[in-house]
Amino acid sequence: MTLSLTETFVQLLYLAASILFVLGLKDLGDAQTARRGVLLAEVGMVAAVVGTLLYGVAVSGVIIRWEWIILAIVAGSAVGTGMGLWIPMTKMPERIALSHAFGGLAVGLVGVVEYLEHGGPHMTTLQVTATGLEVALGALTFTGSLMAFGKLQGFITGRPVTYPGQNASNVLMIAGTLGLIGLLVFMPEAAWAFYAVAALGVLLGVLLVLPIGGADMPVVICLLNSYAGLAAAATGFALGNNVLIICGALDGFSGFLLGMMMSKAMNRSFANVLFGAFGAAPEAKAVTAGATPAGPAPNVGSVEEAAEVLRAARSVIVVPGYGMAVSQAQHAVRDLANALQANGCDVRYAIHPVAGRMPGHMNVLLAEANVPYDHLFDLDVINDDFSATDVALVVGANDVVNPAARNNQSSPIYGMPILSADMAKTCLVLKRSLNAGFAGIENELFVRSNTMMVLGDAKKTLTQFTAALKE
Amino acid sequence: MSLTLIFGLYVFFLAAFTGYQVISKVPHLLHTPLMAFTNAISGISLVGSLLAAGGHYGTVSTVLGAVAVLAATINVVGGFLITDRMLRMFKKKGGAR
Repeated sequence: MTLSLTETFVQLLYLAASILFVLGLKDLGDAQTARRGVLLAEVGMVAAVVGTLLYGVAVSGVIIRWEWIILAIVAGSAVGTGMGLWIPMTKMPERIALSHAFGGLAVGLVGVVEYLEHGGPHMTTLQVTATGLEVALGALTFTGSLMAFGKLQGFITGRPVTYPGQNASNVLMIAGTLGLIGLLVFMPEAAWAFYAVAALGVLLGVLLVLPIGGADMPVVICLLNSYAGLAAAATGFALGNNVLIICGALDGFSGFLLGMMMSKAMNRSFANVLFGAFGAAPEAKAVTAGATPAGPAPNVGSVEEAAEVLRAARSVIVVPGYGMAVSQAQHAVRDLANALQANGCDVRYAIHPVAGRMPGHMNVLLAEANVPYDHLFDLDVINDDFSATDVALVVGANDVVNPAARNNQSSPIYGMPILSADMAKTCLVLKRSLNAGFAGIENELFVRSNTMMVLGDAKKTLTQFTAALKE
Repeated sequence: MSLTLIFGLYVFFLAAFTGYQVISKVPHLLHTPLMAFTNAISGISLVGSLLAAGGHYGTVSTVLGAVAVLAATINVVGGFLITDRMLRMFKKKGGAR
């Protein structure tokens, strides 16, 4: 089969786009070259769009009108520019969740149009299977990401929502979706089955994310990233377009890989995160915890006492958590670090892989506050240094510093690698109140003899520390 | 099985393997920009939606296609802008130090 000159050019543009995307991803492996990677991918995207338009006009002749295309691109660029330039860094997990929703929606709708226009008895097995998967995954990604967005924003409770028979009914629905796609292979003209697949996808997105708690959002966001990619790859199979397959595979595997890393950092399996309803039914636990006054009381210190400890410190390791994002304390952290450094103190940052609500969340916030990235250290690099450190300053982190993960076999987080903040000479914990953490798990770090709790809004407390140090 | 499917599977698995190699080298530091970046390139679904929005189809298909173009364009433009905005912030030595 020989292609016309124009079609050859179109295919070469797609090939160039695919290569540029892979090279862009490769450049993203190093902070020094990462921005060049973005530029390469941008050029790739322009090549792919130009190729598609050329194909639609000059090769297949499918494109006959421009008004809708121009309108959608202009509006999309305006909204995208707004979102790209003005969304605050603290809202990054929400923005990523929302963009997965857009991705799922776009792919799902392409699938519906595919079926509307080309569906019917003459659809090949490949086309009908791929279109079915595309619509199911697209719909699931769309509503699932909106759910994740709602949970992050607080529109929907961050606690897992569970009901009897939940996992069984979800598994049944997944089986039903696959069964209907199988049916479509033999009866491609059964439109009801096609729309039932789409409807089940919409429903599954809601129901699968419902039982997953806020602290597990990093894994969910990664998985939705993966689904969005796989949906795009399915579109590629349906349309016979390689650049879609390649992008979908890259996207799908990136999300999957990140999700695996996150689960591993929590010492839990994918299945446990998805179906375990982690942190569910904390009421019973909280009551027993409240009813037993047995344990030692936490050592609550005043701002002045804590500032004294910091003034005397020669080395400090900051352990940021989701609480830092909530109170937008990253700039206050940086100011305090400056004051400490002016005082001759060495300041470093220990970043747990699942601190925050998405992979790399803390790194981005600290970068925004101008903390040089060579001061940030991963868990395995810095963990042995805590014992030789004067102060571990825990800013809004909880589970990732809970020693129960090391020594309490009955704890739900037993086995999770944690930052050894408790090993520092003094552990200063900034926390809003003495309530148990998100998952309702008691944190014995708070009652250790070398721990001092400073209660209140982290940003305010940090600012007071800085002022005290400058006196 | 059709030959198209076989070719497609080759492309899919080789791309997945390449992706695995390349992405596993991205440090924790850059994982948020990585997600924003993959979001942006997932806007490649434009390849399908542009044909749907401009095609010689009925009103329903055209409108659905236009919504798909809108959503994908938001991801492409917003995704690339935000990735670059984040990457610009990563500095090796802080200004004040």
